[in-house]
Amino acid sequence: MAKQPVDYEALLSTIEASFPMVQILDKDGKIVNEDIMPDLSDDELVELMRRMVWSRVLHDRSMALARQGRLGFYAPTMGQEASQLASHFAFKKQDWFYPGYRDVPQLIQHGLPVSQAFLWSRGHVEGNNYPEDLHAIPPQIIIGAQFIQAMGNAVGQKMAGKEDEVTFTYTGDGGSSQGDVYEGMNFAGRYKAPVVFFIQNNGYAISTPREKQSAAKALAQKAAAAGIPGIQVDGMDPLAVYAVTKQAREWAAAGNGPVLIETITSRFGPHSTSGDDPTRYREQESFDYWEQRDPLIRFRNFLTEKGLWSEEQEEKLIEETKEEIKQAAKEADQAPKMKISDFLKNMYNEPGQNITEQIEKYEAKESK
Amino acid sequence: MANLTMIQAITEALDQEMARDEKVLVFGEDVGKNGGVFRATQGLFDKYGEDRVSDTPLAESGIGGMAFGLAVQGFRPVMEIQFFGFVFEVMDSIVGQMARTSYRMGGKMHLPAVVRSPFGGGVHTPEMHADSLEGLMAQSPGLKVVIPSNPYDAKGLLTSAIRDEDPVVFLEHMKLYRSFRDEVPEEQYTVPLGKAAVAKEGTDVTVVAYGYMVREALKAAEQLEKDGVSVEVIDLRTVSPIDYETVVASVEKTGRMVMVQEAQRMAGVGNTVISEVSQRAILSLEAPIGFVTAPDTVYPFGQAENTWLPNAKDITDSIKETVEF
Repeated sequence: MAKQPVDYEALLSTIEASFPMVQILDKDGKIVNEDIMPDLSDDELVELMRRMVWSRVLHDRSMALARQGRLGFYAPTMGQEASQLASHFAFKKQDWFYPGYRDVPQLIQHGLPVSQAFLWSRGHVEGNNYPEDLHAIPPQIIIGAQFIQAMGNAVGQKMAGKEDEVTFTYTGDGGSSQGDVYEGMNFAGRYKAPVVFFIQNNGYAISTPREKQSAAKALAQKAAAAGIPGIQVDGMDPLAVYAVTKQAREWAAAGNGPVLIETITSRFGPHSTSGDDPTRYREQESFDYWEQRDPLIRFRNFLTEKGLWSEEQEEKLIEETKEEIKQAAKEADQAPKMKISDFLKNMYNEPGQNITEQIEKYEAKESK
Repeated sequence: MANLTMIQAITEALDQEMARDEKVLVFGEDVGKNGGVFRATQGLFDKYGEDRVSDTPLAESGIGGMAFGLAVQGFRPVMEIQFFGFVFEVMDSIVGQMARTSYRMGGKMHLPAVVRSPFGGGVHTPEMHADSLEGLMAQSPGLKVVIPSNPYDAKGLLTSAIRDEDPVVFLEHMKLYRSFRDEVPEEQYTVPLGKAAVAKEGTDVTVVAYGYMVREALKAAEQLEKDGVSVEVIDLRTVSPIDYETVVASVEKTGRMVMVQEAQRMAGVGNTVISEVSQRAILSLEAPIGFVTAPDTVYPFGQAENTWLPNAKDITDSIKETVEF
């Protein structure tokens, strides 16, 4: 028999070998890769920890508020603090953010008041009344659509000659299967658009496990087909996530085009507060395995060792955050009742006859 | 004044608007060097460069997402979908995203994108090229949907569409591209969106049509004129939002109406127009409203196209029925 033209086994192993996982802190907070340690001051390290703890409290309180019926749709974030907050930490205020629906913590850190995040969750237009200097659009519900939109945004930044300004966006392991995710990366590569794409691989798309999404051993591989760098990082390691994101941002801002970062992370809780029970599809061992890798544990250990963090500090921050959230929920309660006539007015800059007639009709009803 | 085909009028509108406003960007499949498969963007690549006139990868959804992001960044994207039958690949960007933006953002942000695309039957295209899908777009709140029937309107409406703050789907019937010429002013002008035109005045019956069917309706009207029937032809021009005032005023004058569309009976916007006229002008009607459409099948195989598409004879028959009721 003639020799096969290509050795498929060898070919596949080459692809897989190209995606090593970047790590700086191991699960106990010990440095395993000093060489790529990011250049962060003590204050910055503490600030990063504060944001991660803040996000954990936001998660806890949001779950409680949802149970009380004081929030609408909410996608839990516990376990993903390094993946979310440490990546966001590498971006600048001027950067444009296209969040997915689980990316509310970063959106708040980027400038959305907590009360407005709650209004978005409850389904109130004021939740989308963004401050002028918030460079973001509301969280995307159609999974994957944020990748093509972020690409377009970045093409625009490049065309406008914006310097030191990029776009960043997130999806999940499930989202990575969407055609839009590939189209976004592929267009961004073709236009050399300054965008950093994240796949937060938390293991489950609602209930469907990661291995049922793709035969690809690493989701970061998907970048290769678009001709752009694809990086896999330990998504429970805030320093590694920060370091790879910072490099990706610099690469994109320097005009080299997009980067894809896959964060290997875990969602400790349910998919959403709308009745998802993760014990239906996830074994206890999986929770145990990942909870040992909790980004807060490892970063707390690391900072405590350096003398930068204490239990009292954390307790104080938790209390402050709880209070902040309580106030925000109260503030959200004050939002005015929405009117159909306003919705009609908001549909177009120049309304047609149908809208004009219906505004009249609804205004008459509303004034009764 | 120049004597232009509709495709030339469209190119001129794009060219002049790009010259006037540097935020206008044209992109899509093969729109660059090749000037588009119908040459709608002919010469723009050489004149404005490949930043402003760019060939995208072959992926409609990506094109839609790109338009969205560019509009957020303050540009005025004019994206081309090579044939409107491909719109299903980009429905989310158009209907799920662009159309909802102004509402979603409480009217504080608009999404000024134009989606240009050829459609329409009678030119023997492969499957998924010719379908009349305007009804799908017109049933999506937040979009404007424009279908010109002649070169003059095409230039003025496209200029308005690009200047509009909200997303506009601009559908170009392929059979109109080169079938006749019109006097088209060389300078820029606008034809307002959401405003129908009286394509021909008459007193006995109102025919409401849009796109290529306006031509067929005018043929039918000319034919019937010889038989002493005076037909008024209304060209909707914009199928969302619809100009009911003009339609109703005409029906009140003539007392009779025939609705004509190339789309299937269950598709298009004819049902909406008939419903509104029934509610607003029922007492002016002296006969049931006629409705000329294609049958409710999938757009037909190429060789059956001409027996499937409605034409001037179908319109003439329907008008006669209505007038003789």
